[in-house]
Amino acid sequence: MADVGILAATKAAEQPVTALLDSPRGPKPVRRFSRSNIIIYGTLFVVALYYALPLYVMIVTSLKGMPEIRVGNIFAPPLEVTFQPWVKAWQEACTGINCDGLSRGFWNSFQILIPSVILSVAIASVNGYALSMWKFRGSEVFFTLLMIGAFIPYQVMLYPIVIMLREAGLYGSLTGLVLVHVAFGMPINTLLFRNYFASIPEELFKAARVDGAGFWAIFFRIMLPMSLPIFVVALIIQVTGIWNDFLFGVTFTSSPERYPMTVQLNNIVNSVQGVKEYNVNMAATLLTGLVPLVIYFASGKLFVRGIAAGAVKG
Amino acid sequence: MTISDSRPDAGDRAAARRPSRLFRNLPSKIAMLPLIFTAVVVFLGGTIWTVIYSFTKSGLLPRLSWAGLDQYERLWSSRKWIVSIENLAIYGFFSLIGTLVIGFTLAALLDRKIRGEAVFRSIFLYPFALSFIVTGLVWQWILNPELGLQNVVREMGWTGFSFDPLNNPDIVMFGLLIAGLWQGTGLIMCIMLAGLRGIDEDIWKAARVDGIGTVKTYIRVIIPMMRPVFVTSLVLIGAGIVKLYDLVVAQTSGGPGISSEVPAKYVMTAMFGGQNLGQGFAASTMMLVMVVIILIPWAYLEFGGKKHG
Amino acid sequence: MTLLNPSVSIKNLDLSFGAVKVLQNLNLDIGDGEFLVLLGSSGCGKSTLLNVIAGLLEPTDGQIWIKGRNVTWAEPSERGIGMVFQSYALYPQMTVEGNLTFGLRNARVPKAEIAKRVARAAEILQIEPLLKRKPGALSGGQRQRVAIGRALVRDVEVFLFDEPLSNLDAKLRADLRVELKRLHNNLQNTMIYVTHDQVEAMTLADRIAIMKGGKIMQLGTPAEIYGKPQNLYVADFIGSPSMTFFDGTVEGDVIRIPDHDLPLGTYEFAQRPASVRPAIIGIRPEHVMTGDNLRSAPYKAEVIADLVEPMGSDTLVHCAFGGQTMRVRMDGQAQVRAGDRLMIGIDPGAASLFDKETEARL
Repeated sequence: MADVGILAATKAAEQPVTALLDSPRGPKPVRRFSRSNIIIYGTLFVVALYYALPLYVMIVTSLKGMPEIRVGNIFAPPLEVTFQPWVKAWQEACTGINCDGLSRGFWNSFQILIPSVILSVAIASVNGYALSMWKFRGSEVFFTLLMIGAFIPYQVMLYPIVIMLREAGLYGSLTGLVLVHVAFGMPINTLLFRNYFASIPEELFKAARVDGAGFWAIFFRIMLPMSLPIFVVALIIQVTGIWNDFLFGVTFTSSPERYPMTVQLNNIVNSVQGVKEYNVNMAATLLTGLVPLVIYFASGKLFVRGIAAGAVKG
Repeated sequence: MTISDSRPDAGDRAAARRPSRLFRNLPSKIAMLPLIFTAVVVFLGGTIWTVIYSFTKSGLLPRLSWAGLDQYERLWSSRKWIVSIENLAIYGFFSLIGTLVIGFTLAALLDRKIRGEAVFRSIFLYPFALSFIVTGLVWQWILNPELGLQNVVREMGWTGFSFDPLNNPDIVMFGLLIAGLWQGTGLIMCIMLAGLRGIDEDIWKAARVDGIGTVKTYIRVIIPMMRPVFVTSLVLIGAGIVKLYDLVVAQTSGGPGISSEVPAKYVMTAMFGGQNLGQGFAASTMMLVMVVIILIPWAYLEFGGKKHG
Repeated sequence: MTLLNPSVSIKNLDLSFGAVKVLQNLNLDIGDGEFLVLLGSSGCGKSTLLNVIAGLLEPTDGQIWIKGRNVTWAEPSERGIGMVFQSYALYPQMTVEGNLTFGLRNARVPKAEIAKRVARAAEILQIEPLLKRKPGALSGGQRQRVAIGRALVRDVEVFLFDEPLSNLDAKLRADLRVELKRLHNNLQNTMIYVTHDQVEAMTLADRIAIMKGGKIMQLGTPAEIYGKPQNLYVADFIGSPSMTFFDGTVEGDVIRIPDHDLPLGTYEFAQRPASVRPAIIGIRPEHVMTGDNLRSAPYKAEVIADLVEPMGSDTLVHCAFGGQTMRVRMDGQAQVRAGDRLMIGIDPGAASLFDKETEARL
């Protein structure tokens, strides 16, 4: 009863993704202009349009002036390109009484992101290493418990965490939010590292022990240098996950001045006062989505590997 | 020759005695303390705490004065909660079917040795990198009746065209569904594609030798072989559906009226907006029950089947 | 057999994982400078035993002594052992030199001493040109040399080998086997070597311990193991192709098997059964006499060759005898075809006799 099915499921999901995306394996290709080929490419093209359109709409809307938006259609490219909405979204957009733009949220998110990512990856890698190579009585039980926790709706645990943080004097502080991110990022990243370290030949670990290396020496001098790719994957999961978070940001920050970018963005766009400036809203939305998008397009296959594992987060 | 790295005195005594159970593997135990704390105190403890307090009269602050099932009776007689559950059921049903069908179809199309597979794949997958907040806001804009999609179609000549889900209580959940599918299908496509690539190429050869058509091979041979992949996808989609929250907040704020409320939002409002903690605890406990209902049959199938079957 | 001054001794060792007993009340003394091979099929506990000796697994009960020191609970690095693994287990990100010196650096051995030992090991194993390379750039044979070198630089008394040649191809395996033997002759260290390959065991070992189900079935020199297997399991396990076994009954100086009464005049009984007793006789294919050797055979019979497998150096003939298909090893030049009639001779003096019930040697 060591593993929960979750592990099997994610393992099954993760490993083939990385190993098998390289080579198409389907039936033999049909001739270039046959009818079925036209159907395949036609379908893919139309569906690709549905997926690509929102990004396109965001970009063109954010480059138009308000008058043009009121008369034109959302799919039309801008007649007159203006970067004013971007500047305004970054520097002047209002949330409540604060009118210093999304830059505040960006820096808040940044301050939350850096310690959360470093701490959660550090802890998860050590967890995964201990779980796969230094098992002790009960270690699997704790791990199973942790993985079950990944499936419990966050809402069930939110209030007790509020109380715990309040007791520790951390409620509403940056440190508190960082700790929450570390805790909720732990299941998936621990799983990721555990599966990775479990795939390293056991004999390597034994050889290091015969060579007199202990827990930390083996971790830092043998295992770490071998596991750069998996660290990148964990980093991708954590950066996108924490940057995109809304629930914890809204629950565990005390004042609007400390809101992370997603929360601030939602407040800007969904504020009921004043005239809606769609171009500024779209620029703000794009700005918020920029960090994960850049990571996505820059990391390619590693991202695929990460999301297949990170999917447990739901 | 010498034994180079032994400490004869201290080593001898220590080596002859069985070390105490508690101190064996000590660095590992210390390193796992954060995990043990998170699993036991935060996850398990927090869950038990919430379940217990869902049977109390807690209002502004949690307090242990028993109320029996009062909170649950109030919950199930609340119109907003009933609407939330109905909405989640509608969204869940269509999201599950839609994600599986679209995800598998796209994967099957991409698996047919097409040109530009990588380009298509990155287009289908990029929405998954974006937050639900960003997703909700973009689709709110596209579905805007005066300036968005409806307006574009009307300008093209179909002046009677009407598509305004976000302001129509009857179909608002489908407005959310469009955005939800846009964000989440890429992931399932990736998992399905990996599953397809994991199937032995000889199966395709055998099907061709037997003269079975492509579509029929997919339905009769390939899909049954991919059962584990489908189960994984089902669990992932299911766990995601129950947590549906950010998207609603960003795209509709639960409106028009209460027509797109969902359980997670009900909990958040009760706990942090309405200072009605007992309701929040009861509602979140119900969410937990939903997850358990989804997970137990799956765990039984995966686990019971594999270990003892 | 008790050695006066054993290098490694294993006393009443037990190891179980839950309800599964992997090692059961095991006792073994290994002499100074001895080459001991633990031989058995997979799952017999041989690798487990080696891991317990190395300190990589904790025993449930019993003791391990190395060089007169009780090391049962000592760290692997404090036991005075070096270990060589099947998968080489070289640290991929370190150079060969880094691999060789990792243990010494952990033990804070002075730099000059490290350099001296690396130079010596590299010279013995002829890997000097490889010192600056990474394991990824080495061939399988070179990697295994480095792995041996890693044990060598530790300057220890006892070497442990866990199927070190299994990952190599047949030719390389034969070459390295010879080198290992030469290494042992030069160094005269105690070596404990785990393998499932009987050729390795027979060629390398001073003594072989054959294991099954966590117990030692027989401990002895290769000649003893081959010539006088102590029980049916060892008799069946050693030798390729293996013995042919016949069910029968011992009656005085004769064993009755179906259709034949074989005289046991030349057989050296360990314990002669007092009365008529069900027994099993095992005959190695190479101990069935044919051709010129027939003259000295105490018992002769005519058989029909049923299937012939020419293997180059010798030829294996299957034929019906005593209700069994008996394997007969003949010269590679022998002109035999299926269906041929053949005279064979059997010398029970070279055969092995086992009690039907206890399966122990008679």
